[in-house]
Amino acid sequence: MAGKVVTISSGKGGVGKTTATANLGISLASLGKRVVVIDADIGLRNLDVIMGLENRIVYDLVDIVEGRSKLRQSMIKHKKFEDLFLIPAAQTRDKMAVSPDDMVKLTDELRDDFDYVLIDSPAGIERGFRNALEPADEVVIVTNPEVSAVRDADRITGLIEAADKGPGRLIINRLKPDLVKKGEMLSSDDVYDILGLSIIGIIPEDELVLSASNSGIPVTLNTNSKAGMAFNNVARRLTGEDVPFMNLNGHRSFLQRVISLLEGR
Amino acid sequence: MTSLLNRLFGRAKIGSGATAKNRLRFVLQHDRINLPPERAEEMKKEILAVIVKYLAVDRERVEIDLEQRDRTHSKLVAELPIVNETDKNARPAAEVSAIAESNGAVKTADDEADKVGEDSAAKPAKKEPIPKAAVGEAAEENDNKQRGSSAQKPPV
Ligand SMILES: Nc1ncnc2c1ncn2[C@@H]1O[C@H](COP(=O)(O)OP(=O)(O)OP(=O)(O)O)[C@@H](O)[C@H]1O
Ligand SMILES: [Mg+2]
Repeated sequence: MAGKVVTISSGKGGVGKTTATANLGISLASLGKRVVVIDADIGLRNLDVIMGLENRIVYDLVDIVEGRSKLRQSMIKHKKFEDLFLIPAAQTRDKMAVSPDDMVKLTDELRDDFDYVLIDSPAGIERGFRNALEPADEVVIVTNPEVSAVRDADRITGLIEAADKGPGRLIINRLKPDLVKKGEMLSSDDVYDILGLSIIGIIPEDELVLSASNSGIPVTLNTNSKAGMAFNNVARRLTGEDVPFMNLNGHRSFLQRVISLLEGR
Repeated sequence: MTSLLNRLFGRAKIGSGATAKNRLRFVLQHDRINLPPERAEEMKKEILAVIVKYLAVDRERVEIDLEQRDRTHSKLVAELPIVNETDKNARPAAEVSAIAESNGAVKTADDEADKVGEDSAAKPAKKEPIPKAAVGEAAEENDNKQRGSSAQKPPV
């Protein structure tokens, strides 16, 4: 079966796209899937450091697209997982160096040999986002329980639907259950009410995410991390498994599962 | 839920989470149809200005609102109670309502015929003389009924 291209997008910057991409890549690989993660944020390369692969980079996405390097030799293998690879972004070029068509060609090549191609989209709604969106079979939208992040998620939801790539599924990242309980933060129910997108993951705020990015070892590899566990659940849901939502406060796990079921997810 | 409990026990006023939700609703309502709040207010004024050229509208009770079921289904719902010219203090004789949907179709009072029909059928007393002593009460009752029915907006 041909691999699936999943684009991780958000509209707003800094909500956790790169964190999500790295962790989903690791989780899927640990489920035995063959995975490539692509950093499509040209000029602002980041996925390499989050995954702890920064010192192995020789070629990048633009080298591949412009024919300076072969696809296979440009992919960086993860230290721990045989079947997990990174295609890093170019650091010194701008987003115009790659076109949406280039991305389609590239991912079509990868589909034959991999189960999942995850694309870390840059923030915004311009070329970089278009590059990441064009080859997508499915879009995961990352947001935070915060007015501006949810607003931007709604904006790109419209663009994703207009490009016939919808509906996306939502990751609500950096939720603080204690604040939700006090009524001082949007709950996942609130976000669901407003956006009407089905939720594929609710990730709690977790200090271990920072330590993980410090050390280049994504948090899913830390069994003590709630955020890590939540990302693992997202990965399993991506593969089609019906995984109950973790017991964080401020969500409606049962209802969401019913909704997901009704939508045939 | 928790904030509701808090409010019930008088511990806290509405939390900032609820404020965030309301603000998001408002902002997205305008984002989604690409009509900023100020422009929407202008539009409402213009709509009203046109209507009052033809009808005496009870401005106090005019309601022109955006309603939204989800990101692709928005409508403009207007309730414009008309004042009976012969007796300015009386309850409105009829209401104009118009619904404009985001897909471009404009529903007018005609589409709402059922509702209006029901409304007027429920008020045969309107044309019959009402015993003087009962006027105040009857009018009030009618008024309530009318408010009730106008609050029953069609499903969005
Ligand atoms: N669940 C979490 N708990 C705590 N911190 C988090 C969590 N998720 C992300 N962060 C932190 O938020 C910051 C932004 O994350 P990240 O770089 O993944 O966002 P991004 O959406 O990729 O940003 P950009 O738009 O700049 O590409 C990072 O410092 C990261 O460590
Ligand atoms: Mg990023």
